[in-house]
Amino acid sequence: MEVTPLIRMRNIVKKFPGVVANDQVNLDLYAGQIHALLGENGSGKSTLMSILSGLYRPTEGTIEIQGEEKRINSPSDALANGIGMVHQHFKLIESFTVAENIALSQTSGSVLISEEEIVEEITRLGEKYGLLVDPRAYVWQLSVGEKQRVEILRMLYNDSKVLILDEPTAVLTPQETRELFSNLRNMADNGCAVVFISHKLNEVEELADQITVLRNGRVTGSIGRSEINQTRLIEMMIGRDIITAYEKSEPSDKEPVLVIDNISALNDMNTLGLDGITFKVRAGEIYGIAGVSGNGQRELAEVLAGLRHTLSGSVKFYGEEVVGLSPKEIIGRGISYVPEDRLGMGLVPKLNSCDNVILKEYNSEKFSKGHFLKRDAAIAETQRIVREFDVKMGSIFQPVKMMSGGNLQKLLLGREIASKPKLMIVLYPVRGLDIGAIESVHKLLLQMKENNTAIILVSEELEEIAKLADRVGVIFSGKILGEFPVKEMDTEKIGALMAGIVGNGGAKA
Amino acid sequence: MKIRLEKSLAQNKTSQIVVPVVAVFLALLFCGVFLAVTGRDPFEVYQAMFAGALGSEYGISETIVKMIPLALCGLGIAVAFRMQIWNIGAEGQFYMGACWATWVPLTFPNLPFLVMLPFMIFMAALGGGLWGLLAGWFKTKWQVSETITTLMMNYIAILWVSYLVYGSWRDPKGLNFPLTAPFPDAALIPTFGALRVHYGIFAVLLLAVIFWLFFKGSKWGYETLVIGSNPVAARYAGIDIRKNVLLVMFISGAISGFAGMVEVSGIVGRLQPGISPGYGYTAISVAWLARLHPIAIVIVAFLFAIIHVGGFMIQTMGIPSAAATMLQGAILFFVVGSEILTQYEIKFSNKEEVQDE
Repeated sequence: MEVTPLIRMRNIVKKFPGVVANDQVNLDLYAGQIHALLGENGSGKSTLMSILSGLYRPTEGTIEIQGEEKRINSPSDALANGIGMVHQHFKLIESFTVAENIALSQTSGSVLISEEEIVEEITRLGEKYGLLVDPRAYVWQLSVGEKQRVEILRMLYNDSKVLILDEPTAVLTPQETRELFSNLRNMADNGCAVVFISHKLNEVEELADQITVLRNGRVTGSIGRSEINQTRLIEMMIGRDIITAYEKSEPSDKEPVLVIDNISALNDMNTLGLDGITFKVRAGEIYGIAGVSGNGQRELAEVLAGLRHTLSGSVKFYGEEVVGLSPKEIIGRGISYVPEDRLGMGLVPKLNSCDNVILKEYNSEKFSKGHFLKRDAAIAETQRIVREFDVKMGSIFQPVKMMSGGNLQKLLLGREIASKPKLMIVLYPVRGLDIGAIESVHKLLLQMKENNTAIILVSEELEEIAKLADRVGVIFSGKILGEFPVKEMDTEKIGALMAGIVGNGGAKA
Repeated sequence: MKIRLEKSLAQNKTSQIVVPVVAVFLALLFCGVFLAVTGRDPFEVYQAMFAGALGSEYGISETIVKMIPLALCGLGIAVAFRMQIWNIGAEGQFYMGACWATWVPLTFPNLPFLVMLPFMIFMAALGGGLWGLLAGWFKTKWQVSETITTLMMNYIAILWVSYLVYGSWRDPKGLNFPLTAPFPDAALIPTFGALRVHYGIFAVLLLAVIFWLFFKGSKWGYETLVIGSNPVAARYAGIDIRKNVLLVMFISGAISGFAGMVEVSGIVGRLQPGISPGYGYTAISVAWLARLHPIAIVIVAFLFAIIHVGGFMIQTMGIPSAAATMLQGAILFFVVGSEILTQYEIKFSNKEEVQDE
């Protein structure tokens, strides 16, 4: 007898302006199962679950709940249908107590609520699932892990049968993670369907009954617990086909210009983000960093850009130490950082293209005289960048937040390239771009290489690294686990390293 | 059918002018209804207000007298607000400026005019500036919200002035009133003839133009704009945020402090409690309504001064001057409330749609 899935999502398509976030996605969720959604940032996991929890409406496709087609128009619709989601950013009111927060989300019952009853119910649920938290405590008094428990209790309180957790472990300590896992298992055993969004392989391996992998908005595979194999999962996440590399020249210099030696640094959670990272890059070389995101890529880039303090180690650039220099001094040394978050860091959304083009060089003689800016020079340079890099926009005097992702990236890269850097650190340069834009961004990077710029290319697509890079280093848990010339790149071996498996024995690093 | 607001893609220049003007008329209409309900003829009241504020040499003089501190404090506030530093301490900085400036004629009563006034201006800017800088320092050092500290420091500054004029600075010949001795003539800003309006108006116009030029085209104006819009990008671009927070708080406080000196030296002629009827607070509305544009600040300050003086004038009709405060409040309410229309368009649709974020 075939069991009817609790939730059946069929041919879900979600389009945002210029981006297809989900493309013909199918997903079945069963009661009693923990289902992991695995994929890189931007692969469409969160979008898919936001559709299920009523935040977004799908462009195409249907959702069946216990065999019955339903339309979910809002989060309260979803809750009424027993679907609840814990977002990465908790949606709790800090100055309210736990009980008050949970009462707020109540979907049924009378206007008057008895605090006693809620407290009792929370205590009962907490004991049943091992989610211990004081119902009368104020939310601001709680640790991150406890806040997460409140979010979960809130779903249980509303009789949710489908519990969606978006990267729940990102904010937890290892101890809290273990507790969360046993609680989730407990809930599944009590008949809930649990969806667990993650990009961490070992967690998924530990917890999931079924794993569905998304890549660029499509499902690339779905496997059961018995078939789990890390290398295979990596392949599904990052793609296996290696497309012929672009024509590129060997870097002429043999001596490295950038020597990163044993750098350690904390991440935003104050745990070790970089753990003795060491590698060298030559002028005219593209050094690809492959790895599942969140393994220290951003921290590395921020250290090089002077935006993050180091604990130990040194970075020599053309023989001079750059650790400890201010971001301004580092820009002055010709080091350019192209961040992954274009509007959050690389550009100022509210300002127009001209003001964004001068962002890092407004102080230079090129764009200023004395205390004042040279408006004409900024306009001329902006027009030049727009022409040369084929940036499409309404007007150079419009706020850049109105531009599409591809054009934003071209403007950002155009600005950085125009500053003629000697080293470029480029993070996920083609994320969210369409094929045409990807092609032109790649051409630009190769052109920089020809001009003898050293480039560090951080990417989640092995394909991209194979096409562009001369050498590849695999980053895992803040360390470079292995380094190869791209010509000798072996996808399987790199996949294993990306999962932290070193050597043939499969021992974890 | 559903009505919803959609973020408009193009920024509409005309709507940025038209919407506030319409909003001011709506505010007049709103208060007009209120006046009508209480049995007055709103046209008569408004006419009396404007005639009172602008219909005579005396009225115009009084209006400009009120406009000067509003515009100066408004400029000081705008410097900070542009960087999203919420300095609401203009009132306290105003008092500190007045206090430090007063120290000069009290200590050196015989200085010549050309030394006395510049010295007073310098001390006022220093006093107000340091008062602002202190809040800025708390912010950079311990991330203390400047909104709270600047507000609290207002009370300290106001009470500090009271402490002095009730205590050691009290004029021995002042019949025990809480006043300092009157300033010597050399410490007074010259006035236009027999009117109260004084040369401080030139400082207002000069500073407005200077700020306008700096906001528009200077490196520093650009830095503060970037910090205000996206501090992460500012750090990424190598802009020193800490230094700018301190600098901006100092300049912001210095301008409001200067306003305090202009008031004691140009109008009051001595230091006493209550030298400001809340200029530093009203100036927040002024700066906000002017969208932090220096030239617009002068214009809005003039408008508020008209309402203020007009409100005073209609007291002879038996209407409390609080009516003017109500009108100021209504204008702020309608202008800020309608601001959303410059950024959003109203769309009517038949389809029920979930709005994507």
